[in-house]
Amino acid sequence: MKVLIPTALRQYAGGQSAIVLDAASVDDTLGQLGTLYPDLRRHLFDPQGRLRKFVNVYVNDEDIRYLAAERTPVQPDDTISIIPSVAGGSPYSPESGTAHGNPH
Amino acid sequence: MGTLTSQQPTTLSNEEILRYSRHLIMPEVGMAGQQNLKAARVLCIGAGGLGSPLALYLAAAGVGRLGLVDFDAVDFTNLQRQIIHTTEDVGRPKLDSAAEKLTAINPFISVRKFEMRLNSSNALELFRDFDIIADGTDNFPTRYLVNDACVLSGKPNVYASIFRFEGQASVFATKDGPCYRCLYPEPPPPGLVPSCAEGGVLGILPGLLGVIQATEVIKLILGAGDSLIGRLLLVDALAMRFRELKLRKNPDCPVCGDHPTVRELIDYNQFCGIRGEEAPVMPAAVPEISPEELKGRLDRGDDIFILDVREPHEYQICNLGGRLIPLGDLPARMSELDSSREIVAHCRSGVRSAKAVTLLRQAGFGKVRNLAGGILAWAEKVDPTVPKY
Repeated sequence: MKVLIPTALRQYAGGQSAIVLDAASVDDTLGQLGTLYPDLRRHLFDPQGRLRKFVNVYVNDEDIRYLAAERTPVQPDDTISIIPSVAGGSPYSPESGTAHGNPH
Repeated sequence: MGTLTSQQPTTLSNEEILRYSRHLIMPEVGMAGQQNLKAARVLCIGAGGLGSPLALYLAAAGVGRLGLVDFDAVDFTNLQRQIIHTTEDVGRPKLDSAAEKLTAINPFISVRKFEMRLNSSNALELFRDFDIIADGTDNFPTRYLVNDACVLSGKPNVYASIFRFEGQASVFATKDGPCYRCLYPEPPPPGLVPSCAEGGVLGILPGLLGVIQATEVIKLILGAGDSLIGRLLLVDALAMRFRELKLRKNPDCPVCGDHPTVRELIDYNQFCGIRGEEAPVMPAAVPEISPEELKGRLDRGDDIFILDVREPHEYQICNLGGRLIPLGDLPARMSELDSSREIVAHCRSGVRSAKAVTLLRQAGFGKVRNLAGGILAWAEKVDPTVPKY
C-alpha cells in the first residue's frame, strides 16, 4: 500500500511524499514506517507508544477511528493518509511556533 | 438545507440589481438568493492570508454585513499573500486597511470592525450578531476557541488552515455535522508540531483556501450545493491535487457529542498547554550576548566561534559568516564543535539558538552564549546592510 506523508512530516521521512510498503494492518504499516524512519516515530507515537491524538490516520477516505483503529486491515491497493492537525492561517514568524494569539 | 438568515425580506435597489446581474440570472442564486446574501451576517476572524480573499469575495458577492476581527498592523512580510493590503498600508491597522478596500469594492455592504483579540470572555457575545463564522486564524488556542464558541452558539464554522503549500478546509459545527474537535480531539503539545522554522507559506495558498472558505460561506447562505460538512478537503498546491476524507460527528465529542462535558468556553491557552496569557513557550533563560557586545569583541579580534543554527535556505538569505549546523542536526554534529572555544550561537530571532545553547550546555560546552535577538537584532543594531526576513 501507499502511505502519503504530509508536508509537515516529510522532513522526518527522508523528504518523501509517499512511501510504498507491504503491510497487513495500519499498526504494521506505522510500525514499519517507524523502523524505517525513527524520527518519524516520535511524531506519530507518544512515549507510551500510542498514536498521538492530533495525528489522524485514514485508510482511503475513512478515519481508522471509525474502522478497527490501528488493527484495521489494509490491502495492497489501499492508500493510507497521515493527517496531523495544522494551525496555520499564515505562520507569523519562523520561530514563534504555534503559540501566539495572532490572527492572520 | 434552509437558508441561515432570519432577517426581514431585503430588497435590492436598481444599482444593486445591475451590480449583481451575473448572480441574478443564475437560478442557483436569483433574486431570492441575492436577497439572502444581502441579509447575511458573516464574521471573518483575521484579516490576513485567509481573511483577505475571503472578505474580498464575500464583499463583492454582496454579503450585506461583514464583521472583521483583528488587532494587528500591516507589515511588509504580509504583502506576499495578504492581498487586501497594499504597500501603502504598511503600519496601518489591518482592520482599517481591509475595511477601506471592502467598502471600495462594494459600497452597498456594511463592514464592522472589531479591533480585539478573540478570547473566552468576548467570543460568544461577538458571535451573537452573526450567522456564520469564518475562521482564518493561525494558532491552536484560537482554533479551538472558535470551534467551541460556534458549537455553543449554534453557528457554522467555515474552516481552513494552511502549511507551506498544503491546506485543509471543512465546515464545522452545523446542527448535525462534526466539529473541529471531532476531527482533532486534542491539540498537539507545544513544541511537537513541526517547527515553523522550516515553515513559511506559498503566497497563493491562503488565496486558494480563502476562496474555498468564501465559496462555502456563500453556499451556506444560499442553501445551495453540497457543503463541505462531513468532509475534510485537502489541497496540495505543489502537486495540484485535491483530495477529500470523510469526517464524522463523534458521539463522544466533549463539545458537540451526545453527552458534552464542555458547556462553556474554557481557557484555551491552558488547553493547548501554553502557560501564561498568550505567552509562547519560551526556552529556559540561557546566557546571552548582545549584538553590540559581540561586534565589539569581534572587532577586537577575540577568538569567537559563530554557530548558525538556522536552515540552509535561511543562510542563503543572510548570514554572519558562522558555521551552519541546523538545530535539528546539532545533537548528531556536536563533535564538529570545539568545547574549549568561546561559542556564540544565533538563529533568526534567538529562539532556536537558545535551544541550541541549552543543548550544548547540557553536553558540557561551558562557553556558549546566545546572540540576543538573533540576526534580526544584529541587522537592527549593528549592521543595517543585513536584510531582515
